[in-house]
Amino acid sequence: MATRTIGENVTVTTGIRRKNFSETYIGEWLTTTDHKQLGLMYIITGFFFFLVGGMEAMLIRTQLAVPNGKVLDPETYNQIFTMHGTTMIFLFVMPTLAGFGNYVVPLMLGARDMAFPRMNAFGYWVLLFGGVFLQASFIIGQAPDGGWFMYAPLSQMTAAGCGHGFQCTPHMNADFWILGTTLLGISSIAGSLNFVVTIFKLRAPGMSINRIPLFTWMIMVMSFLLLFALPSLTVASVMLLLDRHLGTHFYQYGNGGDPLLWQHLFWSFGHPEVYILILPAFGMISEILPVFSRKPIFGYTFVAWSGVAIGFLSFTVWAHHMFAVGLPSVAQAFFATSTTLIAIPTAVKIFNWLATIWGGKIRFAAPMLFALGFIAMFLIGGLNGVALAIVPFDYQVTDSYFVVAHIHYVLFGGTALGIFAGIYYWFPKFTGYQLDERLGQIHFWLTFIGLNLAFFPMHMLGIFGMPRRVYTYPDNLGWNELNLLASIGVIFIALSVLVFLVNFVKTMKEGVKVGDDPWDAFTLEWDTTSPPKKYNFLEIPIVRSRRPFYDKKNPAIADWKSVTH
Amino acid sequence: MRMPVFRGTKRWLTLVSCLLLSTILFAACGENSPSILNTAGPVAENESFLFWVVLYTSLFVFVGVEGALIYSIVRFRERPGMPNPRQLHGNTALEITWTVIPTAILLFVLVVTIRGLLQVAPEAEPTLAQGPKIEVTAIGHQWWWEFHYKEWNITTADSMHVPVGTTVHVNLFSNNVIHSFWVPALTGKTDLVPGHANAKWFVANKEGTYMGICAEYCGTQHANMRFDVVVDSQDAFKTWVSTQQQNAVTPAAGSLADQGMQEFKNACVSCHGIVGVDATAPANTAVDCVDSSPPNPNDTAKNCLIGPNLTHFGSRDLIAGGVLENNKAQCDPNDPQLLEHCNLAKWLNDPQGVKPGNDMAIGQLNHDQIKGLVAYLESLQ
Repeated sequence: MATRTIGENVTVTTGIRRKNFSETYIGEWLTTTDHKQLGLMYIITGFFFFLVGGMEAMLIRTQLAVPNGKVLDPETYNQIFTMHGTTMIFLFVMPTLAGFGNYVVPLMLGARDMAFPRMNAFGYWVLLFGGVFLQASFIIGQAPDGGWFMYAPLSQMTAAGCGHGFQCTPHMNADFWILGTTLLGISSIAGSLNFVVTIFKLRAPGMSINRIPLFTWMIMVMSFLLLFALPSLTVASVMLLLDRHLGTHFYQYGNGGDPLLWQHLFWSFGHPEVYILILPAFGMISEILPVFSRKPIFGYTFVAWSGVAIGFLSFTVWAHHMFAVGLPSVAQAFFATSTTLIAIPTAVKIFNWLATIWGGKIRFAAPMLFALGFIAMFLIGGLNGVALAIVPFDYQVTDSYFVVAHIHYVLFGGTALGIFAGIYYWFPKFTGYQLDERLGQIHFWLTFIGLNLAFFPMHMLGIFGMPRRVYTYPDNLGWNELNLLASIGVIFIALSVLVFLVNFVKTMKEGVKVGDDPWDAFTLEWDTTSPPKKYNFLEIPIVRSRRPFYDKKNPAIADWKSVTH
Repeated sequence: MRMPVFRGTKRWLTLVSCLLLSTILFAACGENSPSILNTAGPVAENESFLFWVVLYTSLFVFVGVEGALIYSIVRFRERPGMPNPRQLHGNTALEITWTVIPTAILLFVLVVTIRGLLQVAPEAEPTLAQGPKIEVTAIGHQWWWEFHYKEWNITTADSMHVPVGTTVHVNLFSNNVIHSFWVPALTGKTDLVPGHANAKWFVANKEGTYMGICAEYCGTQHANMRFDVVVDSQDAFKTWVSTQQQNAVTPAAGSLADQGMQEFKNACVSCHGIVGVDATAPANTAVDCVDSSPPNPNDTAKNCLIGPNLTHFGSRDLIAGGVLENNKAQCDPNDPQLLEHCNLAKWLNDPQGVKPGNDMAIGQLNHDQIKGLVAYLESLQ
């Protein structure tokens, strides 16, 4: 029985009214099209898969802690390392970044939601099912085992002629990967279209393209990259599926196909993908550094356009993953050049970030620590990346642990630190609570020490000749100490994640509300309640500069009074 | 807003830098490693030279940028009563400066790169590599290496012999999945891509044994696909060639090795060849099978056996892609603890336990069979 109040002191019994399913707690999560709730769902899902991928990493490092390790058999190890890469890239980083984009971009633009709220929900659910589908392969013991790059012909089926003397992938391992990543691709395409349309069409009055916050800029570049890069992966995967099951020969060398076709198609997705994974983190850093330095971003235009330049160039560098496959020297020289070129806009970004904190008033709250850690670590990932563009040196270290060091400095030292910076920064926006600062600092330092312990020795391992993707190694090659050190580093990282989880629970239980604008921030997402209501803004704000909320709080010295842009 | 933990920053930094330093000191442990810095030939020297170039260039940038970062962190951290900083939005001159400087550095790196590339590229072989020359075909199998010397009709596995001071032209073939040929001391990687006639070259100018490694993920036992490059003196190489050209010795009738040979004929010949053991036994394994199209590893007409040719097994240092060393000295067939001491016996006793997933499928051999096979195979010098 429900009662309804009509007018003062008059209550009538209205009979039984069942709550609509979408009004129940569970129903709301299942049916929501609100960009904020979907954003949180993306982030929570991404974080869940971060834990899954992290456990896979711990298994890898346990197996490799000592030579001739016996923790995992080779088949299992190969599944674990394949799924570690696949999970971290497709199921942790991409969904988490999409989640931040979903939550923050409409608020930054002064919009009430994404352009296509239902498509937004569709994208999330496809992602969730794609992710669960991929991980479910472990249940039947046939998780993908061909590496996250799934090279043909190793990923072919028996129809390609494999058997004794030519062992490939006769079971469903590769099919899980093909179908799983295709589903995730559909999700990403839906999300990217939504971002592009939202950013172009739903900006608040006055929010011209050259005033949108840099995080939004980078989400836009990321979306375009996804739209142009993902079809290449999807097409390549479907062709592999046809090869495996319908007798085509796209990648079969004996029948007019070519295994290198897979590599070209895969990496023409795979390299833009690297920037898909890092550009939004660049964007987060470009939001956080100014707020915690009490200055505007230095060289907004250069930071934004260097992101666009990276986006374009990222389509011209794919074959630097293939220097060892025997391409003509002139082609190798071309890809060395384009790869070197892409370092220039990246350097411009780093200098602008340094100039942003230079002369500022720096507050060392957790988001800022992670952001500064990002610069320090991403620099290493950039420098060893340039090293890999040096073709003859690359012949020596490609497919060695040196490359493992490189990608982890970029994706963990870079993207993951960026994501944590983002979590600490926007957590008060998401919940109204600020994550415990002391635990946040412990989290940062454990991560910082752990990642350097885990990944720095890998440079040396590569130089000392240790190939990657090996399930074990002999004990007489001088690799033992460095491997042990790397495994110890992973313990630090695991502890840091534990500290973060404790922090999360503690904050949600005991936290005190910190108000709508705890960081004294500059951009529109803070110019509303924390968490925001469904409609985001009571009235749509009017924008006159790149820092509309700063202007509102400091009318006397508002940006638009002194700067024209 | 300084937090308690942050007060300990300096202590943490000291700790971190100590650990990083100690990892660098581990470089001393690289002595036994197949390190790319312990070079034994001009190709690898070119490649490691570029390592030092990029290391010092990177260190220069690293110190500059991290220095500026740490300086800013210390110098510009919030202090009580600090006024708000000047709201500086940018400076075009600075932007141009820090676009031009990295461009200049990167141009330098690029020039060095392309110069180095041209020195080690296949195209450089005819011009840069003067003097004597041999040709070897390296074939990648799952998971072992086969080496074929066409000039002398030698087929061997696991150990590649080359003479010192000679240009070695390596043809790279695979008829299964992609592998990668890597000998850190001598040359960087080139992949063995099915259907592609890749090749590379190197010169060894120091005698010795250098480790070769498969560097492209090639399935279950990618981790155990190593080989040796044995760099012999010119004379020793000639001797090696003439030995390898001979048929396998036939053991004295009734000897333990003779029993082993009979075992071999029963259990092993369907996958392994030994030249001389049997008039019908094929000389080669896969060399005729990889450069044909479409390739077929099971093409019996061409005698494409899937296992390594064992003709001079006793002269090799490695077993089965380097998963074990061929410790001949420990292989006295009459040693009651043969299985504990002799690696070949270990391998014959349990190939799937030693190297899970490999193609060697023989039933469980008894101790006598293993004894005989050890005696026979190790006698094949």
